[in-house]
Amino acid sequence: MKLDNIYKEEKKSTYAKLSEIIITMASKPSGLIGLTILVFHIILAFISPYIAPHDFKAIDPTLMLQAPSAEYWFGTDDLGRDVFTRTILGGRTALTITFFGSLIALLWGGLLGIFCGLVGGKIDDVVMRIVDAFLSIPWILAMLLIVSLLGTSTEVLIPALGFFYGKGIVRVARAATHDVIAKDFIVSARARGHSNFAIIWNEIIPNVRDAILVEGAMRWSWMLLGFSSLSFLGFGVSPPTPDWGLMISNARGLMSFAYWAVIAPIVGLSSLIIGINLTADAFAKALGIDRSTKAPV
Amino acid sequence: MLFLIIKRILLGFITLFIVSIITFVGTEILPGDACTTYLERQAFGEQLEACYRRLGLNVPAYERYVSWALNAIQGDFGYSLSGEMPIKEVLGPRIKNSLVLASAAIFIGIPIALILGIITALWRDKLPDVAISTVTIFAMTIPEFISATLLILIIAIWLEWLPGIVIVPTDVSFLELLPNIILPVVAIAMIMTAHMARMVRSSVIQVMASEYVQMAILKGVPYWKMVFKHVLPNALLPAINVVALTIAWLLGGVVVTEVVFNYPGLGRLVIESISNRDLPTVQALAIILASIYVSINLLADLLTLMLNPRLKTLQIRK
Amino acid sequence: MTEMIQKVKNLSIGFRSKKGEEILILKNITTNIKKGETVGIVGESGSGKSTLALAMMGYVKHGLYTIGGECQFNSSNLLKMKSKDLEKIRGRKIAMIPQNAGQALTPNLKIGYQIDEALQLHSDLEEKEREKKISELLNKVRLPSPETIALRYPHELSGGQQQRVAVAMALAGTPDLLLLDEPTTGLDVTTQAHVLELLNFIAKDTGTSMVYVSHDLGAIAQVSDRIIVMYSGEIVLEGPSRDILKKPIHPYTHGLLKSIPKLSLAGLPESMPGSQPQPGTIQGGCSFFDRCNFSDENCKSNSPKLEFLKDLNTSVRCFNYEKLVNENQVSQTINKIKNKSQDKEILNLSEVSISYAKQKLLDQVFNRISDDNPTVKDININIKKGETIALVGESGSGKSTILKSIAGLLRTKDGLIRFDENRNLSSDLRERDPNDLRIIQLIFQNPDESLNPNHTVEEIIAQPLKLYFGLKGEELKKNIIDLLQKVRLGEFYTSRYPRQLSGGEKQRVAVARAFAAKPDIILCDEVTSALDVSVQAAVLNLLQQLKEDFGTTYIFVSHDLAVVRAISDRVAVLYQGRLCEVGPSNDVYKFPSHPYTEVLLGAVLEPDPDIKPKLVAEDIVEERPPEKGCSFQGRCSRIVGDICKKEIPPWQLTESGNAIRCHIPIKELQKEQF
Repeated sequence: MKLDNIYKEEKKSTYAKLSEIIITMASKPSGLIGLTILVFHIILAFISPYIAPHDFKAIDPTLMLQAPSAEYWFGTDDLGRDVFTRTILGGRTALTITFFGSLIALLWGGLLGIFCGLVGGKIDDVVMRIVDAFLSIPWILAMLLIVSLLGTSTEVLIPALGFFYGKGIVRVARAATHDVIAKDFIVSARARGHSNFAIIWNEIIPNVRDAILVEGAMRWSWMLLGFSSLSFLGFGVSPPTPDWGLMISNARGLMSFAYWAVIAPIVGLSSLIIGINLTADAFAKALGIDRSTKAPV
Repeated sequence: MLFLIIKRILLGFITLFIVSIITFVGTEILPGDACTTYLERQAFGEQLEACYRRLGLNVPAYERYVSWALNAIQGDFGYSLSGEMPIKEVLGPRIKNSLVLASAAIFIGIPIALILGIITALWRDKLPDVAISTVTIFAMTIPEFISATLLILIIAIWLEWLPGIVIVPTDVSFLELLPNIILPVVAIAMIMTAHMARMVRSSVIQVMASEYVQMAILKGVPYWKMVFKHVLPNALLPAINVVALTIAWLLGGVVVTEVVFNYPGLGRLVIESISNRDLPTVQALAIILASIYVSINLLADLLTLMLNPRLKTLQIRK
Repeated sequence: MTEMIQKVKNLSIGFRSKKGEEILILKNITTNIKKGETVGIVGESGSGKSTLALAMMGYVKHGLYTIGGECQFNSSNLLKMKSKDLEKIRGRKIAMIPQNAGQALTPNLKIGYQIDEALQLHSDLEEKEREKKISELLNKVRLPSPETIALRYPHELSGGQQQRVAVAMALAGTPDLLLLDEPTTGLDVTTQAHVLELLNFIAKDTGTSMVYVSHDLGAIAQVSDRIIVMYSGEIVLEGPSRDILKKPIHPYTHGLLKSIPKLSLAGLPESMPGSQPQPGTIQGGCSFFDRCNFSDENCKSNSPKLEFLKDLNTSVRCFNYEKLVNENQVSQTINKIKNKSQDKEILNLSEVSISYAKQKLLDQVFNRISDDNPTVKDININIKKGETIALVGESGSGKSTILKSIAGLLRTKDGLIRFDENRNLSSDLRERDPNDLRIIQLIFQNPDESLNPNHTVEEIIAQPLKLYFGLKGEELKKNIIDLLQKVRLGEFYTSRYPRQLSGGEKQRVAVARAFAAKPDIILCDEVTSALDVSVQAAVLNLLQQLKEDFGTTYIFVSHDLAVVRAISDRVAVLYQGRLCEVGPSNDVYKFPSHPYTEVLLGAVLEPDPDIKPKLVAEDIVEERPPEKGCSFQGRCSRIVGDICKKEIPPWQLTESGNAIRCHIPIKELQKEQF
């Protein structure tokens, strides 16, 4: 029943709206857990260089594969580097790259989707066919190809990830726009003679914004998963920069006798992905969008 | 009806055509060509010339595309640069191995996902739902390489129940393969099942809230009969397409899983050929993987067409 | 004592709000349904009438729960019964006919199966007998060729047919009590009259008791022996049908009956102020207090009890009902329409045809539309400045299509639309200049859809002001507040969002937005049909007032002939996109009429037990207009011969200037009236 939250509320500032959404998100346990984890990771990413107890790239053959101890909380890896230090630093690159990648994905995916939904007809058909074709090449193949040919620098990774993960947003934005343009308030704006730009800006964007933002948040967790997979395969962050995917990949071969070196980054990466996912889910629910029927495409 | 099916199939081919152009143009505009990329520092003089001749790179791009496409339709993708053998022969056993892996995961995953999805929807917000939903959230968010690594660590290393790494030649028989594929299948099936279960859940919940289900209750239809006759057919039909999209998308995860388990499938071939900068093989893989994607979606579309009375009679789409 | 079939005792149903308060949807309802009688429950949306009907089957919707009281059927409380036992009652003893059969029939199951399912559950018939019974039931609800219908899927039937299937399904279990939840809402006028007639027949034929829930007093009046009026989750009036309709002794019912436009009376009905309060917002006192003309201080603080008046055989919840007992008939006070229309022509449609046909490639190249049988054809109407012309017809009559063309949302295939005698408006809106767009404004049917949910009222009304007049800052604000006052909304509405307004308030904002452009013509597309009855009259009155103030011309599209009668100066009747009759509204509503107008008028349901609908033509749904001849040939009961099928009928003028397009001579049409 939606009756009781409706009456006698006034227009709110963006800030008030935002805080209301966050409060709604945190009012359910899953949302609270997600937000907590996410905030923890973000803070960690900012402060980890200052609190790291050891040098992340200091190699010491005498300290190889030490079990956890008071000095080395999570033990050491095969090169004698401190696993704790590397773990708390290991999310920074991934978090930064995927955050900006998601922004790019949101931008081009959202705009193209709205455009396609609005113009419809032949142009829409052709664009969607091309988007579909891009979609049918497995992202991992395409990403690997790009990275192997152009290198693993941030300038390559961010736009490439942004491009490949924006495809799903195109679909969502297009579907949302389709729903909206059939409504009479759009017909009314058209009949008054507003320009297409004004209609997109005033009438369509405010009504599809939520759906696109939620999709972007979801996309972030997917992108993190994808980026870590690349890293794991050796096509992401270049050593010695600490990165969870890479750490797991390196420590994997020796995990029968040094499991700590693999468990720590696994916990780090899993918790971040779950945190983002729970947050995105709670965000969707707070905005009243059900996204569990959608494919992760 | 027939017209719709033909239209679907044609659209699939158009998609593949665009994919072939994208991959071709993609490899064309990226710096370097197949030969310079592959030969790297030795890319000069006689060796480069020989490579160009072998791949026919000395003719204009569009001519190369046409001849490549014509051959590809007949299953001939040219020569693998690294293996020095026809790509066709490299691909054969790999495709078979990957298909075994993926289809095992799909066939195990779908029934489990259905059951879990239906249970969670019918006991919505009650204990079974909360418990299962929590597990599925974990299963769907954790990357395959992590779950695979954990499976190896726990089942293969600590418990020593199953082999952790697949050490078999590329062309082993199915029976020899079987114990080796259990862990990879579980790793892939987990994430797939979790996704599908979530979708089934929400689809069932939507239908349960519909007026016709309320009507069935008011008609005195017993609960389980209502679930099977009135709810599930209507809930699962729209889920088919979404499930297909999910499966197709998750095929990317198969690549990672194969690497973790050292499994001789298409996925490892992807990594190998990219590491070896073997562009012709990469092109072939792109087309093949895209075809798999397109066929899964096509299959879902046709299935929906066949099962939906609305589409059957009205012949309207959208 | 007559036997009671269902006893509702002190029933309260509600939900818990986010803040944890208990909010009541039904408040302490007590009533009885006697064996064999038909009870009408009438109320506006949100009055709790559907919740009450569902409770009578022991069903409470997800999110709601029973707070107290019981629904007794055969002396057992349905609301406490186990679902196993309920399954034996639902469909067998008590059956439901839902509001929207299109949504209530399971889409993947054939019609025959869905009826058979009910038979299997609730009868001991063998397969062969069931087969026969299905045909019998489909026959009984008067569906053509039952054998083929049984094999169809729900979406293959028309709305009227789906509703009949739902009736057949309910009858399959031979129930003792039938609950009907708005069974004819959403159907076309003629279909609605037919379905009602069928229900009446079934009530007599089978002797089942019925509970008929509706917002439409017209429909209720046709079927019920007794009427229960609900307001804000309470019964406010309960008594014999005739007494309640002729002599309502509760102020709400009294006002409601006065605010319903009638066919027999021209002019606008009196309107009721305000709207029904939302659940949980009443602080104490009578729930109707702030809209009541008969209230006093006592009503503000004390809530009245439902009081049974023995001599009137009526229960009423009002302190001051006596004031109404003495008032005789519902005196319909009519605001006379001041007809200010001038002779100056403002809009002229000549030979207009509109087609939805897809353009073929060749046609796209030449930018033309080729369609021999367009949706709308040969429309000729002259509209004079300041008049209100109504386009009436059932769904598919092309009335909204014509509006869209005038607004420029659809291009015409042929013909001319001229504004002010010289400006050509035949082009679509991309080719019109801003001033041409400004002079014509639209008001839509459903304000939920026509107001952007993400804009405040201020932003909504500002749009035309900024677009056409470039207003800014203080001046803009002043204009917005002016407009709000014109539509009787206060300044504080500026910062509200549409979802915070009631249906009537939303429609007022839409009206304000249309007038903000200072238009010459306003196109009204079913503007009152999404509104509650008590709010409808207020909006009609507002439109009339604004028209008198601004001299605006209205083109008013509606399916409701009584509403059209109330507001319009002239009426054009459409069938399948072709004009049947055009004339001053007084004359169209009198004979002689076009046979189709006769059908439409006959089907109107009046809130008066003495005026019964007259069913003239079959209710068939025609998919497309006939290729040749008269557009109404498929359903006309007065076909004169082959000429109707071959030749387009000529226009004939009656003495009063009413034009009728029919092959039957005016004299004949005059003779054959009822």
